[in-house]
Amino acid sequence: MGFPRRRLLAAVPLCLAPVALPAALSVAAPGSALAQTALLNVSYDPTRELYKDVNARFAAFWSTQPGGGVVTVKTSHGGSGAQSRAVLDGLQADVVTLGIESDIDVLADKGLLAKDWAGRLPNHSVPYTSRIVFLVRHGNPKRLRDWSDLVQDGVQVITPNPKTSSGGRWSYIAAYLWALHQPGADEAKAEDYIARLYKHVPILDTGARGSTNTFVQRNEGDVLLAWEDEALLAAHDLGEGKFDVVYPSSSVIAEPPVAVVDSVAKEHGTEKVAEAYLRYLYSPDGQEIAAKHHYRPIDPQVAARHAAEFAPVKAYDVATIGGWRVLQQKHFAEGGVFDRIYSGGR
Amino acid sequence: MRVALAAGRRPRTPAIIPGALPAFGLTLFWVGLLVLLPLAALAERPWENGAPWLLATLTTPRTLAALRLSFGCALCAAAVTTLLGLLLAWVLERVRPPGWRMLDALIDLPFALPTAVAGITLATLYAPTGWIGAPLAGLGFRIAGTPVGIGVALVFVGLPFVVRTVLPVLRDLPGELEEAAATLGARRGQIALRVLLPALFPALATGFGLAFARGVGEYGSVIFIAGNKPMVSEIAPLLIVIRLSEDDYAGAAGIGLLMLVTAALCLMLVTLLRRRLPAMRGVAG
Amino acid sequence: MSGALQTRSGIGTLSGLALTLAAWAVVTLLLILPVGILFAQALRQGLDAALTALSDDDVLAAIRLSALVVALVVPINTICGLFAAYALTKFDFPGRAALLVLIELPLSVSPVVAGLVWVLLFGRHGWFGPFLAAHGVRMVFTLPGILLATLFVTFPFVTRTVMPVMEAQGRQHEEAATMLGAGFVSLFWRVTLPETGAALVSGVLLCAARSLGEFGAVSVVSGHIPGLTETVPLRIEALYNGYETVAAFALAAVLAVASGLIVGMRGLIEWRRGRPAGESN
Repeated sequence: MGFPRRRLLAAVPLCLAPVALPAALSVAAPGSALAQTALLNVSYDPTRELYKDVNARFAAFWSTQPGGGVVTVKTSHGGSGAQSRAVLDGLQADVVTLGIESDIDVLADKGLLAKDWAGRLPNHSVPYTSRIVFLVRHGNPKRLRDWSDLVQDGVQVITPNPKTSSGGRWSYIAAYLWALHQPGADEAKAEDYIARLYKHVPILDTGARGSTNTFVQRNEGDVLLAWEDEALLAAHDLGEGKFDVVYPSSSVIAEPPVAVVDSVAKEHGTEKVAEAYLRYLYSPDGQEIAAKHHYRPIDPQVAARHAAEFAPVKAYDVATIGGWRVLQQKHFAEGGVFDRIYSGGR
Repeated sequence: MRVALAAGRRPRTPAIIPGALPAFGLTLFWVGLLVLLPLAALAERPWENGAPWLLATLTTPRTLAALRLSFGCALCAAAVTTLLGLLLAWVLERVRPPGWRMLDALIDLPFALPTAVAGITLATLYAPTGWIGAPLAGLGFRIAGTPVGIGVALVFVGLPFVVRTVLPVLRDLPGELEEAAATLGARRGQIALRVLLPALFPALATGFGLAFARGVGEYGSVIFIAGNKPMVSEIAPLLIVIRLSEDDYAGAAGIGLLMLVTAALCLMLVTLLRRRLPAMRGVAG
Repeated sequence: MSGALQTRSGIGTLSGLALTLAAWAVVTLLLILPVGILFAQALRQGLDAALTALSDDDVLAAIRLSALVVALVVPINTICGLFAAYALTKFDFPGRAALLVLIELPLSVSPVVAGLVWVLLFGRHGWFGPFLAAHGVRMVFTLPGILLATLFVTFPFVTRTVMPVMEAQGRQHEEAATMLGAGFVSLFWRVTLPETGAALVSGVLLCAARSLGEFGAVSVVSGHIPGLTETVPLRIEALYNGYETVAAFALAAVLAVASGLIVGMRGLIEWRRGRPAGESN
């Protein structure tokens, strides 16, 4: 036929180039060795640096263990609540290392892991703890020393969204606990303080790292309510001399728990290595890594070695006000206290 | 086959072209699966808690502020983009300074730069410590973290749309028209107002519409520079992401649906304008 | 003569010069500087640091995943897009305008919505999510989700670039060939397709560039697992949030160069076709 086929012939290779090139690249590129075990750890936001270290060290440790082998651990980060929902949505996490027990409870309620998950590892599955502290600009220009200072006129508080972030929930509860322990206070007065506090919050990022970026990189706000580990990271590693960490008169014992997701690990055949990974966090090595990244170790010996790095602060236990099962429902469920006090800005 | 016969727009009797079944079959499957089905889900989802709930969700101050910001910034940015685009198209077509080919090639840069990359480079550039942000901060202007920053990002992504729409029309516009007007004693301002603007208007409006439609939904290039402050610099697409991570599917879908409807209206408007633009049919499709 | 009347005679007058300077100022401030800072930041600690950052396992995995996405998305949207353009230009049928709007709609949908719709379909509370989950099929937070989101945002590119050319061709060739007894396959392959040549390549390249760089839509459906469901743009964001600026910018520079090549190739083709690159992005 007399139609211009030559032009088509010229076009074919050009059309194929954007397909064939990447296809070749995706097949030929090395690294996807199949023999090794892969473990997915779905974690919360500020643990990026911690688990980068832990993953590398655990891989080295596991290859020397009897019955061990080659393992690569991947970690996914985000707001703890959002991460927990992603796991519910099908994110294939072998282990979860989240910021708050209620985010793992949700998974247990849906049958992804045993209801008694907390009892399977030492210290009710909490390998390290933290506190909620204030991070302020260097020299503390607004003189923010305690929770009562945060609700003064003109003070802007940066903290993540409690609905999606565990750091946000711990900060909220730390403030709530302080207010509850003021002379003559009751629940209504404490809720009133919380409502006033969140009026001073201009930005609610979805994760703790987002909030740190807002405060540190974008220079928003006067004080960041942060995990102690995140605050120390910012003060020591990100902007030496640009920020100060302030310990308020009271805080909360923030306990980020860990657990093997039974259903996924069973499917992947990774139960053994997954448990070993979590137990490694409790080993002296794991505890040292945690301390290095500013998490408070629970091992008394390691804790003693690093005692100077963590200032003493009076910290309440959430168990004293009913624990997270109660708090989550009362404060953070749909239509809970947080929704009500924040409905204006929602 | 029947479809080809049914609407006999063309008067002559055509030999029936084969392939209706495979062509329509695949097209409908493709459109149905990839567009119709997801959009149906988007249209259905917001109503699951009832219309009053949806109305309440969409009218909270924060949502309203986000929508106002997204639409407002996109409008302003599209206006600025149209002006800048006209300037660039004019220089490229009528002035043709030395190096115009390079200028022409550079226009397509925003097409090439993935939005996330554009976002972090613009954020770095306009941050108070950046190359442009620092001198401006010295003058007391702040760009990153304000609606102005969002505008800058939107102008960046929208610029090629306007230039590429206006340029061909300007090219087809005979230069003699302007010269004739000048010989007849028209002044420069008159020429611009009476001769050029009416001729270019459909193209400018199309470019504006395209830049606007793109700007309203833009996400990647904006979130890095915007500051994401609720009520101040939080764009609607980000609010969708936040609602989603709060497990509020209906709320997320509600905002998404509202944005989709608006975007579709814009698209329809642009299509109408394009019909009045015969010279452009080949380019803008 | 005033500057407004310059007709390609170069910078003859003051106003022509002023306009040119203004144009270059706009291009420099808006377009050149961002690219400049991209490379400046990537090479801030030297080439070695940038290359080391790029040889990270997760970065390589992200490059592989992005390549895979392009390799799967481009053929699907090209073939379907061609058929759609054929159906839309060679036949008259009721509802043509509606079909056209449906095909163009993804262009004006926010990338975030483009991701959201798949979560609404396949997420935990989605239409099909629970059913599929019960059968062990997972769409969101996995490769299929990323593919669907990318398919959606690059949906109309091929159809849009090819359709005008097919329309301009008219139907005489097809009609003639049909009367000579050509079947659909040979007609499509030998008559219709060859004439779309450059336009088709241009559409394919556009589709490839966009699927390589898509961020918003993919970000919604990806589980953000390094090495598994992170495409290059998502990896860049993760690096940026992890304070690894040099690595983030180095990877961004690589991505920019890759899609710059694709778009540049397209510009060259359009230029040789005698038409400026279309606005269809």
